[in-house]
Amino acid sequence: MSDQGLKSAPLLPPDAGRDTPLFAVAAILVFLAGLAGLGGVGAWRAADDWTNQLTNEVTVQILPTEGRDADADARDGAEALRAIAGVRGVDVRSRAQSEALLEPWLGSGGLPEDLPVPRLIAVELDPTNRPLAGSLEAALADKPYRAALDDHGNWAEAVARASQAVRYFALVLVVLLSLAASAVVAFAARASLAARWDVADALHIVGAPDTFIATLFQQRFFLLGLKAGTLGALGAGLAGAGLAYAGGTAGALFFLPTLSLGWMGLIILPIAALASGFIAALSARLAVSDALHKRWS
Amino acid sequence: MVSTPSIAPTTGSHPAVRFDTVGMRYDQGPEILHNVTFDLPQGGFQFLTGASGAGKSSLMRLIYLAKRCSSGTISLFGRNTALLGREELPDMRRRIGVIFQDFRLLNHLTVFENIALPLRVAGQARKSYSEDVMELINWVGLGEHTHSYPPTLSGGEQQRAAIARAVVAKPDLIIADEPTGNVDPAMAHRLLRLFVELNKLGAAVLIATHDHSLIRAMDAPVMELKNGTLIHGEAVS
Ligand SMILES: Nc1ncnc2c1ncn2[C@@H]1O[C@H](COP(=O)(O)OP(=O)(O)O)[C@@H](O)[C@H]1O
Ligand SMILES: [Mg+2]
Repeated sequence: MSDQGLKSAPLLPPDAGRDTPLFAVAAILVFLAGLAGLGGVGAWRAADDWTNQLTNEVTVQILPTEGRDADADARDGAEALRAIAGVRGVDVRSRAQSEALLEPWLGSGGLPEDLPVPRLIAVELDPTNRPLAGSLEAALADKPYRAALDDHGNWAEAVARASQAVRYFALVLVVLLSLAASAVVAFAARASLAARWDVADALHIVGAPDTFIATLFQQRFFLLGLKAGTLGALGAGLAGAGLAYAGGTAGALFFLPTLSLGWMGLIILPIAALASGFIAALSARLAVSDALHKRWS
Repeated sequence: MVSTPSIAPTTGSHPAVRFDTVGMRYDQGPEILHNVTFDLPQGGFQFLTGASGAGKSSLMRLIYLAKRCSSGTISLFGRNTALLGREELPDMRRRIGVIFQDFRLLNHLTVFENIALPLRVAGQARKSYSEDVMELINWVGLGEHTHSYPPTLSGGEQQRAAIARAVVAKPDLIIADEPTGNVDPAMAHRLLRLFVELNKLGAAVLIATHDHSLIRAMDAPVMELKNGTLIHGEAVS
């Protein structure tokens, strides 16, 4: 018999490290980490959108005064504001619109005709060419009616703080899940080595260094981590897309107001799958090296 | 003799194995070997015998660097094993071919792959050693079983594969722990002839056995272990 054109079989038996429960746990961990990651990115994107919207808009209240026509005052104020360089548009909200805004608090019965309701002017600013500071106030300063300006600064800050918190929370979740994944894999790698000491011993006896044996396990667990990670990341992608599509409360929960996960989502998921492979490889290597080290002592 | 692998004769004045007042215990257990002192010269041939539980396998483990001694000094080819760094162990192990009673072949690898294992582990490419390995397989009489898996072979065939694996990298020292324990007497003497051949090619050989017919067939020094203590002698009754 000859040995022509034959390829050598893998040194680790095919069953070593082929572990269904471990595969499931790793896939689930990557799934959860993927969702956390998508949630973090979604929160960041949403907060960005909201703060942009908030900071590019100023609300002006025209406060009604006895004996004056508040609606006319509002139209006059709007004209004055429109003339300012850097103002993109103004939108006067009628009394009916103001009432509609107040309805959740005051009920739908309509307000008494003589109750003074402020008129609102939504002023949209040009983000690339914002009006000079104080120019809006100045335009209304010598009018015979009273006006109050709200640049939404408090709101924008609160949204930014909330999105920051969600991002950190998502990051902490991802880190914790990664730690859990590496602990699980280290445990499994030890078990796999313990089940196949015959292989490790045979390799040792024929002169294999620890690193050679550790590399075998590292490769085996890299593939396992990569496969489980791909499955988990795909699941997270589908779940994220589903939540975004369903929209409503579920979508809002994950800050995914739109169907698109964005290019960040497309990057995060393959990274999660790869990271899962590397985490599995590294912790398998460390666990096996450590176990081998304890042998000759 | 084209089919005989060559094992380079070793040179140098150090014995292959030197035990100097060696004691050994497993973890916190009692001492298994006491005050063991002996030399196995390079190119020498010796038997190690003794009743079951006397400590033969433990002494072998010390030689193939699977265990450390708890007192005394063990030197291999002049190197004190206690002073070997972890990274030096693989090279030292490659100089030692080990054979066990239970063969310890890897069942998921073919006979060829089992025998080639030391070369593969040393990073050699399959085509660079393929011919040498085939030659060795024929030498131990397993040509028909090159691509068989160990569980399909008889005990004698498995042990010949294990011997081929132990010698494929041309070690300077061959140690065998009850190599004939799982084969019939005729095969035992056939295996012994393999060891004699390998010894003639230059390797030092140490065989642990309690098979006295094997020992009587050779005119070689015999060391006997009794409850962990070594008694030197030539003849065993
Ligand atoms: N791994 C081990 N752990 C603890 N004790 C052991 C171990 N292996 C062997 N022993 C003990 O060491 C003694 C010698 O055993 P061993 O070296 O196997 O003798 P032999 O090979 O001559 O039969 C026995 O008492 C045995 O119980
Ligand atoms: Mg024994």
